Amino acid sequence: MGNFLSWMLPPGASTFVGDIDWIYYLILVVTGVAFFAVEIALVVFLVKYRKRPGGKATYVHGSTRAEIIWTSVTAVVVVVIGLLSAPAWDKIKGREGVPPNAMPIGIAAKQFEWNITYPGADGKLGTTDDFTVRGQLHVPVDKPTVATLTSVDAIHSFFVPSFRIKQDAVPGMHIRVWFQPTKVGEYELGCAELCGLGHYRMRAIVTVHTQEDYDRWVAQQAHAVAQR
Amino acid sequence: MATTATGTTPFTYDHGHEHVDDRSFIRKYIFSTDHKIIGIQFLIMSLTFLLLGGMLAMVMRWQLGFPGKPLPGGTLLPDTYTSGGVVLPEFYNSAVTMHGTFMVFFAIMPLLVGVFGNYLIPLKIGAPDMAFPRINMASFWTAVPAGLLMLAGFFVEGGSAAAGWTSYAPLSARSDLTGVHLGQIFWCVSLIVLGLSSIMGSFNYITTVINLRAPGMNWFRLPLSIWALFVTACLVLLAIPVLSGAAILLLFDQTIGTHFFDPQAGGQPLLWQHLFWFFGHPEVYILILPGMGMVSDIIANGARKPVFGYTSMVLAIIAIGFLGWGVWGHHMFQSGMNPTLGTTFMISTLLIAVPSAIKTFNWLGTIWKGQITFHVPMLHALAFVSMFVIGGLSGVFMAASPFDIYIHDTYFIVAHLHYVLFGGSLFAIFAAVTYWYPKMFGRMMNPTVGKVHFWLTLVFYNCTFFPMHQLGLHGHMRRIYDPTQYAFLKDLQPVNTFISISAFLLFATQFIFAANFIMSWFKGEKAPNNPWLDNGLEWTLPSPPPHGNFATVPTVYRGPYEYSSPHSDQDYIPQNVPTPGGGYGAPHTQPAGD
Ligand code: HEM
Ligand SMILES: [Cu+2]
Ligand SMILES: [Cu+2]
Repeated sequence: MGNFLSWMLPPGASTFVGDIDWIYYLILVVTGVAFFAVEIALVVFLVKYRKRPGGKATYVHGSTRAEIIWTSVTAVVVVVIGLLSAPAWDKIKGREGVPPNAMPIGIAAKQFEWNITYPGADGKLGTTDDFTVRGQLHVPVDKPTVATLTSVDAIHSFFVPSFRIKQDAVPGMHIRVWFQPTKVGEYELGCAELCGLGHYRMRAIVTVHTQEDYDRWVAQQAHAVAQR
Repeated sequence: MATTATGTTPFTYDHGHEHVDDRSFIRKYIFSTDHKIIGIQFLIMSLTFLLLGGMLAMVMRWQLGFPGKPLPGGTLLPDTYTSGGVVLPEFYNSAVTMHGTFMVFFAIMPLLVGVFGNYLIPLKIGAPDMAFPRINMASFWTAVPAGLLMLAGFFVEGGSAAAGWTSYAPLSARSDLTGVHLGQIFWCVSLIVLGLSSIMGSFNYITTVINLRAPGMNWFRLPLSIWALFVTACLVLLAIPVLSGAAILLLFDQTIGTHFFDPQAGGQPLLWQHLFWFFGHPEVYILILPGMGMVSDIIANGARKPVFGYTSMVLAIIAIGFLGWGVWGHHMFQSGMNPTLGTTFMISTLLIAVPSAIKTFNWLGTIWKGQITFHVPMLHALAFVSMFVIGGLSGVFMAASPFDIYIHDTYFIVAHLHYVLFGGSLFAIFAAVTYWYPKMFGRMMNPTVGKVHFWLTLVFYNCTFFPMHQLGLHGHMRRIYDPTQYAFLKDLQPVNTFISISAFLLFATQFIFAANFIMSWFKGEKAPNNPWLDNGLEWTLPSPPPHGNFATVPTVYRGPYEYSSPHSDQDYIPQNVPTPGGGYGAPHTQPAGD
């Protein structure tokens, strides 16, 4: 079963890995400490205070001081986790805008396929050299890509685990999602929202190219489109 | 029992003398207005749905553990379900949907609210019955057709609903997207009908707790189980109409051509999610609060000690009742909702972990310096505490919205929800059933068999659900029929197989419980009035208590957790035993400082 009981996240390939993974490890440590503290206390108490012949339980009703301590400590810890998490959220969800040099693409989800529209050589969507490819997402490495995500039927969810990105594709909405791959290679894109019978096979390949390779691929596709 | 209290008229205890109960069999056991019988009726109904929901889970686990292999017995199913015995995606999606629906709406919720709300509230507050016994009967007999209708989905063309228990539109609204038409309609109608049942139940509970408490049973002498059920009833009363309203809109979209959730005609898919989760998050607290309350009662009893921090336990229940309304957006972080709202919901969600933590620490405080007896209900109650901790802590990962981007809609969520709902709610239900069984049926359950069931359940439960955290951390999506489609999930297949085998063993173990439950009903040792030496009013009555409950109105002199008090030679003092020196006793035994 390999490393399946490991608490490590699988390797990633986008800049969001740096924004997200440390939050996970931070929470893992904090909740890990809380988990062991509570479970160990529980077991110790169960053994230590098990019923003994002639024993009598201590008659106490509580402790205001203890209540204040554990309430405030927990509250502070969770609020700090929230404050530390907020910047990554703002960045990934583009609350402060997406990088201006991002390459625009369009993604239209449909039962059960991903149709991806590329801007062609001019780098702009909505022009005549745009072309659409089904089930293949090609992007250049080390450069931000911003996708406009929509769906033509049910809700789907655009999920690239290696990029740590997920965003629902909602019919009637055009949602912006951006990412910046950091490693050349092939990854998988899956659908994360139940969308019907073929949900489980709504899969596509993500290919991260060097800029030159990417340009070559675009030229090839544009050529193929022109031939049709 | 046709006339009980109305409004503020004082009670007439028409059963103040032993008299022959001359109701016909039907009035006594079928169309009964007795809250105890109704509680037991709900118990039988919801345990049946628990079994059905469990069977559907076995189907899913078979397919996930052994994708493409014929399901044992699968060839007996219709061609629309299996092909050559192999589960079809149609059947899988319908199993995913109906498993969740059965478990949430027809098993856990009625087990907690329908069974124990009914059974415990009047007995524990010293009332002869609910405030509105006939409405109570109507509540049960409304739930039954709702359940049958939900079940009927399996037998109509297209099969049962298949859009998930969350029924996201437009998938759920358009039969061309799911291939299911009648099944989706049944889903809506069934939940609308069930909603009526819940609403009737909840205002009955609220009225009963407010108006029918015995003399001396002031608010701060209420057992925590009653506090929890009271707050739960308030949540039910406010949350269920939202679901009903949403289901009605969805039903209109499905049947009469409206487009509330259809963007092509100006509708808005996210509206469904907002409505659903505005109901749905309070709902998850409906599914845990009664368990927390009953577990508090049982832990104090098992530890022979007063509940630690009674007041803060009550405040935590109330806090959850309020905060629970402001966090629904955490289910929608990736939905396309405005990200500014995401930040708000992240903070509110993280804060709601605080009252849960308070409760956990107070349970630990309760067993600290106790004299712990490990009776079967106590074992389940302790398991509740240790498993709920895991579910509560995994909630923190998901509440942190940037990390939720990665784990949303993966098996991490499935792990979380089963740690709170199985590890939490269901262990609480096992604790409560084994605790109050003697009162309900007048017989003891077999403790040895009970312990075997407990330990096997605890082990197989963790083997089943714990590795799901890892699946989720590797990106394994939920609700997928065949994970081997994805290269990055192939390595995880042995984990899925391991989980499936554990799940089968977990399911099989539950037959031990079923056998104990049924056999003890007929053959169990006769139960004394107070087998656990508990202080609650119900334990002053015969097992089972007669129709009308109390022969004379009990007077309450103290809170329910006076265990090991120095004022008594025994280690417990029932709530109705007069305080030496007269009077009602101290209004509420205050925390004794540190
Ligand atoms: C300690 C407090 C808790 C926190 C912080 C918390 C947090 C969350 C979050 C953020 C989600 C959504 C995750 C996602 O879909 O991406 C979630 C899902 C869920 N939670 Fe909790 N939770 C807590 C306690 C509970 C309790 C007590 C219950 C029920 C007894 C519960 C039941 C559920 C269920 C059923 C879902 C999944 C719903 C679905 O999508 O099917 N949670 N929780
Ligand atoms: Cu999908
Ligand atoms: Cu929630």
